[in-house]
Amino acid sequence: MKTIMTGILAGAALALTISAASAQAPRSTLDQVKARGVLNCGSNTGLAGFGVPDAQGNWSGLDVDYCRAIAAAIFDDPSKVKFIPLTAQARFTALQSGEVDILVRNSTWTMTRDTTLGIAFLATNYYDGQGFMVRKSLGVASALKLEGAQVCTQQGTTTELNLADFFRKNNLKYTPVTFATADETRSAYEAGRCDAFTTDASGLYSERLKLSRPDEHIVLPEVISKEPLASAVRANGDSQWANIVKWTHYAMLNAEELGVTRANLAQSAQSNNPEIRRLLGVEGKLGEGIGLTNDWAARIIRHVGNYSESFERNVGASSPLKISRGVNALWSNGGLQYAPPIR
Amino acid sequence: MNVSANASAYVQAQSLPELPAPSSTKGPIHWMRANLFATPANTLMTLVAIYLIATTVPALFKFYVFDAVWSGTGRDACLRDKVGREVGACWAFVGDRLQYFIYGSYTQAERWRVNLVFLGFGISIVWLLWDKVPFKSVGFLFFFGILPISAWMLLYGGARAEFWFLIAGFALLAWTIWGDLSAGRKGEPDVFTRPESLIRYGVLAAMVLFGLYVQIGPGELPVVETGLWGGILVTLLIASAGIVFSLPFGIALALGRRSKLPIIKLFSVIFIEFVRGVPLITVLFMANVMLPLFVPQEWSPDRLLRPLIGVALFASAYMAEVVRGGLQAIPRGQYEGAMSLGLGYGKMMRLIVLPQALRIVIPGIVNTFIGLFKDTTLVTIIGIFDFMKTIEASFADPLWATPTTRATGYAFAAIFYFICCWGMSRYSISVEEKLAAGQKR
Repeated sequence: MKTIMTGILAGAALALTISAASAQAPRSTLDQVKARGVLNCGSNTGLAGFGVPDAQGNWSGLDVDYCRAIAAAIFDDPSKVKFIPLTAQARFTALQSGEVDILVRNSTWTMTRDTTLGIAFLATNYYDGQGFMVRKSLGVASALKLEGAQVCTQQGTTTELNLADFFRKNNLKYTPVTFATADETRSAYEAGRCDAFTTDASGLYSERLKLSRPDEHIVLPEVISKEPLASAVRANGDSQWANIVKWTHYAMLNAEELGVTRANLAQSAQSNNPEIRRLLGVEGKLGEGIGLTNDWAARIIRHVGNYSESFERNVGASSPLKISRGVNALWSNGGLQYAPPIR
Repeated sequence: MNVSANASAYVQAQSLPELPAPSSTKGPIHWMRANLFATPANTLMTLVAIYLIATTVPALFKFYVFDAVWSGTGRDACLRDKVGREVGACWAFVGDRLQYFIYGSYTQAERWRVNLVFLGFGISIVWLLWDKVPFKSVGFLFFFGILPISAWMLLYGGARAEFWFLIAGFALLAWTIWGDLSAGRKGEPDVFTRPESLIRYGVLAAMVLFGLYVQIGPGELPVVETGLWGGILVTLLIASAGIVFSLPFGIALALGRRSKLPIIKLFSVIFIEFVRGVPLITVLFMANVMLPLFVPQEWSPDRLLRPLIGVALFASAYMAEVVRGGLQAIPRGQYEGAMSLGLGYGKMMRLIVLPQALRIVIPGIVNTFIGLFKDTTLVTIIGIFDFMKTIEASFADPLWATPTTRATGYAFAAIFYFICCWGMSRYSISVEEKLAAGQKR
């Protein structure tokens, strides 16, 4: 132990000479981020629609957009984000230790995580949940019609438990067929070993693309578990930082609700609608209240767009995944995305 | 008498033309009999092998070559329904993502810096490994001293005073060491004017000038954060840092473990046993998950540097045991002979013992290098984007989601790792043969 620590400390000393150690660190997270000039965002190591690198290594996705939106609000520059890819095991530690300022890494908001890890979940940017995929030729339009089906799933996951609960609750018989990895599961489903394939709905859409004939398969409408994927920050009483993270998401939702898009941002600023005027900082000093400028939301929309734009671009109709808004639609369209008003 | 005429009727006047050896003792049939069908067990194994080859190789070729898709801009190019034929490997995916596999997210406009480092790396490898290139000692200086520092400066960028001190310190250090060595060689009056020395000083001077240029020159290089580095760049970086540090550290630890000085011996034993006693994954997790918890954020070393150090320390411990094996194989008489010549510890080791010991353990050393090279893929579990991880991250991209993308990506990784490891292995065999020439009979 001692020797390793010596080595690591030696490394630390070496790194100190190399990396310019800043002077006394300011207290609030916002001040730290501003002093650093870049937002440290804990991100996924590669998940379709939420964070994937392109051919040049630039990341894009729904989670990536959230971080870019925060950077846009603070710096008016969505590129001032340092994405720190975190594995599932390392993600909460990295947040606790201050290595990242915010965690947007498709993490499910649960009570245990929210109350025992010293972190606070803030805003759900995607409501996920376990779903089923079946062949169209099966002629099944609802998961409740899966009586006697063989269902492929990954073993040892909550998916398996949710599956058992769902069928027991609805008094249906089924045969689970389990595999160690997602790939094996998909291959087995494709080979016809089972009638249905179950995992989180967003995963179903990306797995479907890997089938040789994606069009012959449909994702059933039932969602049998709750997986709210939310942003998280340290629960250290820094309410200013939590407000920025929370209201960045709400600003994107409000913009969608009010019809403010990247394209019509300039006209919208001329609008007489008081809600739009408050959102874009034409009226009021709401931005200054959270330590930003009054045009904070305008910056978000200019660089990233509203929630709908981000959603469609990354996971929705304009992306290969083609996930429908479903429960992620605005409350006014029958979904769950509901933002408190900006006033 | 007509004897001679009679004799010529049945005596051959000249020898008959040679017949080819019977097919049972020479030629392909004999070879097959001797090597493939010698015994019933042998025959059985041959048939099994032929069956295995016949069932797998054509299918592999069909998948990876004949049915493969070589060009395209998206998943449609690799979908059976879209191209209207059986589709094998999707090499178009590798072609499209090749830049990402090489550089990771390294800023696009700055990638020439990576290329420059690759070039320097390639030159120094050839310099060190190819017999016919002269001035090996300068090559060593370049590979172990100048290349790591200038590579870091180039890759990271920015004008930083710390670099200047590093360079000056290193230049002075190198100067004194070499000066000492030269002074040690009595009877060589021209040590400072030989071409080798001149080149060395030239290289050092160029390095110092380069450092000066970076410090006060007109355009400083933009900083590229290590978080953006990835792909083959990071794989080579971790592997070469491990290889470069593990050999000298390993030798020092091996000597320390055999030392008579109790503290040095104890330290070496504890270090080696501790490091060998924990899995590399633990060290990596420790470095990237635990370390930030008890080191203040501003003090925390760079995320890429941590596994770099971890891998180097880890490889050193294994290397130490390999080298110790070699040291133990040297007969006592060699030590005694060296001491009776009046050689001190340092000279005895450097001139007599280590050259013999290291030659013996070349297979072990290369084994460790190859293992280390492949172990670098473990850094993926702590979120470092090495070559392997860039490929895996690209699998997630829906733009290239096809049934065969994954098989193609892994095949590409296998080819890359095989070429590197096989190259190391072949080179080590040639070195072994060369060094063992004196023992051949």
